[in-house]
Amino acid sequence: MSTSTETSTTTRRGPKHPGQRVAEWTDSRVGLYKLGKSNLRKIFPDHWSFMLGEVCLYSFTILILTGVYLTLFFHPSMNEVVYNGPYAPLQGVRMSDAYASTMHISFEVRGGLLIRQIHHWSALIFIAGMIVHMMRVFFTGAFRKPRELNWLFGWTLLFIGMFEGFTGYSLPDDLLSGTGVRFTEGAILSTPIIGTYLSMFLFGGEFPGHNFVPIFYSAHILLLPGIMAALLVTHLILVFYHKHTQFPGAGKTEKNVVGMPFFPIYTAKAGGFFFLVFGVIAAIAAIATINPIWTMGPYRPDQVSTGAQPDWYMGFSEGLIRVMPGWEINAWGHTLVLGVFIPLMIFPLVLAAIAVYPFIESWVTGDKGEHHLLDRPRNRPVRTGFGVAWLTLYFTLLIGGGNDLWATHFHLSIETITWSVRVGFFVLPTLAYFATKRICLGLQRRDRDKVLHGRETGIIKRLPHGEFIEVHEPLDQEQLHVLTAHPQPQPLEIGPEVDENGVERKVNPVTKVRARLSRNFYGEHSQIPKPTVEEYDEITSGHGHH
Amino acid sequence: MKKLSARRRHPLAALVVLLFALAATGGLYAALAPAPKAQADDSSQSIQITEGKKLFSVGCASCHGAHGQGSSDGPSLVGVGSAAVDFQVGTGRMPAQQPGPQIQKKPGQYTQAEIDQLAAFIASLGPGPVTPNADQYDPAGGDSAKGGELFRTNCSQCHNFVGKGGALTDGKYAPTLKGVDPKHIYEAMQTGPQNMPSFPDTTMPSQAKADIIAYLQAVDTADSKNPGGFTLGSLGPVPEGLFAYIFGIGALIAVATWVAARTTKAKKS
Repeated sequence: MSTSTETSTTTRRGPKHPGQRVAEWTDSRVGLYKLGKSNLRKIFPDHWSFMLGEVCLYSFTILILTGVYLTLFFHPSMNEVVYNGPYAPLQGVRMSDAYASTMHISFEVRGGLLIRQIHHWSALIFIAGMIVHMMRVFFTGAFRKPRELNWLFGWTLLFIGMFEGFTGYSLPDDLLSGTGVRFTEGAILSTPIIGTYLSMFLFGGEFPGHNFVPIFYSAHILLLPGIMAALLVTHLILVFYHKHTQFPGAGKTEKNVVGMPFFPIYTAKAGGFFFLVFGVIAAIAAIATINPIWTMGPYRPDQVSTGAQPDWYMGFSEGLIRVMPGWEINAWGHTLVLGVFIPLMIFPLVLAAIAVYPFIESWVTGDKGEHHLLDRPRNRPVRTGFGVAWLTLYFTLLIGGGNDLWATHFHLSIETITWSVRVGFFVLPTLAYFATKRICLGLQRRDRDKVLHGRETGIIKRLPHGEFIEVHEPLDQEQLHVLTAHPQPQPLEIGPEVDENGVERKVNPVTKVRARLSRNFYGEHSQIPKPTVEEYDEITSGHGHH
Repeated sequence: MKKLSARRRHPLAALVVLLFALAATGGLYAALAPAPKAQADDSSQSIQITEGKKLFSVGCASCHGAHGQGSSDGPSLVGVGSAAVDFQVGTGRMPAQQPGPQIQKKPGQYTQAEIDQLAAFIASLGPGPVTPNADQYDPAGGDSAKGGELFRTNCSQCHNFVGKGGALTDGKYAPTLKGVDPKHIYEAMQTGPQNMPSFPDTTMPSQAKADIIAYLQAVDTADSKNPGGFTLGSLGPVPEGLFAYIFGIGALIAVATWVAARTTKAKKS
């Protein structure tokens, strides 16, 4: 932009182009040129997995656009009305104004149902995108210094996004979401001491009261999106400030970023990608029903349906509740409902486990350096194992949350599924951790083998004396770089147990634990030594039958 | 009165009084007592019963006993009524194929005429719910909005919002109601087969049953309207989440890969 305006002034005397005058007017007031110069040429590396965050950004934008349209027609009120709209199986039924206006949006507002479906599908995709994006960042180690804070911002976006979704799908006040709100009320009530007060405050009296739709509405359209927008902007500013990470490769270092400039390449690409995301979501919304509130009927506390699950992102909390034994303690005239309270406490812990991981890892490994080159997941078997274990836990709980549908569709007993999830909650993540670590080590061995002996070509050669050998083709320089570029840190050493006089040294027990964890991280059982230059030279300059 | 008073010590007076008393109680009983179906002894009915008994001896007696009295393998059928027979045999649940958590639905093994004969035989064992006539279960005679409210209050906790079915304990389940004959839905409500509670006319009048059938016809048939597109099974958020992951995130990752692979090249490598 700046170069083109400069050339026009040098080549063409005369009246300035109006665009240039506007640009100069703005520049002298907000420093547009300087801002543009430093940021428009920002380099971004190319990789499909770096676009997962963009999927989230765009689906969030779609959510805001469609959400504004929906607020024009939605009535956040729980006043009772009688339905007289075009949907025959509800005519004459009493319902809240919130439900009636959602019916109005779905059946009478032009494009209303499509916009509602785009809004709801975007919400599912937004949060699924955040999970997938988070997993990319996790497995490649992109959360390491200097990006720990941005990791936390992203995680907070996910956490708030879940509640943004929950308050959103509760607004229509249909039988399904009302059951979900009832579930929430039960969870609030199970909180010792303050539970009943909190519930009374939230619902303005006994459930369901006349309060929760307006309260959820202001949280859903104002409070939570406001916080999310602020977090999102901070998240993006930090991405700009830190510069993007990149995968290791020839010419890529901790000090550079290899890729394409933000302007004009990425503005075009990202702009185009926005429309592709919008297109995919709109196509899905046009094809498939989501949350057909007209089939569910208005919420009434005396009615309930089977198959009452929350949207998928709340599914793991549903799983926690469904598989938890119904324990309770009755003492001194009070009831402590452990069957609900324990899942309520594990729910944030499951999410927090992944949130605090970057800090635990840097504490254990003592790694205080800046990292802009990504890890290949196989080269960090413990981290990869932990990530897979976390995902296993998460998806095991999701299965628990849908146990009734698994039972009917796979002809299983619901008790079998519940018990499998109970056992699996403890066993499966552990198994997944060790299996993943083993697989990572196997892949590291394979990398080592490939570097030293080359790629297997599948060509069998018979030597003059009758021996058969497979021809191996040496890797090219670029591939060798990718396979050997990663540093292999050594575990922390506490030093000798005794000092020079043979007196036992006092070692802080915390340091001991840290050293043990560090050995687990970088010890000989957690990484295969990558080939050294000497080894490589010896083999390649050797007898040469490879 | 004088005449009656004079003859009251007649030797036959006690006999006359006895005859009057018997006639009165017998007459009152005949007038007021519920008349069981089996009592109407027209010849075609008795042929039905005889034929039904023959069918029963061949196909049912091994579990339900030679006289429908039940055994360790099957319950007594005395008093279950013709509606229960019409439902169980008509939907193919009886004769049962194999034991299990629940008797499965399968293609019917008897013609409607044979089912009627079996039903007549079982009805003759004791009074019970009677097979409904066509006006009672005609969906045109019901109000779908009222039926929806009744369905959500009484049925959807096992059968889901629109009758897609759901899981019960120990591998049992509430079956889907899609494609089930309205007559069989009516009979199921009346007789409460297997794990289902029964909704006799005293708790759920015939009209309410017709309303529920009208609701199911409106929302759960091949020609019910789905304004939102594919219903994904009308099973709630679980299939929606699965769909969002496979076709939403899946498609977007495919698109992202496509976009990332098409980049401007500074120089040909």
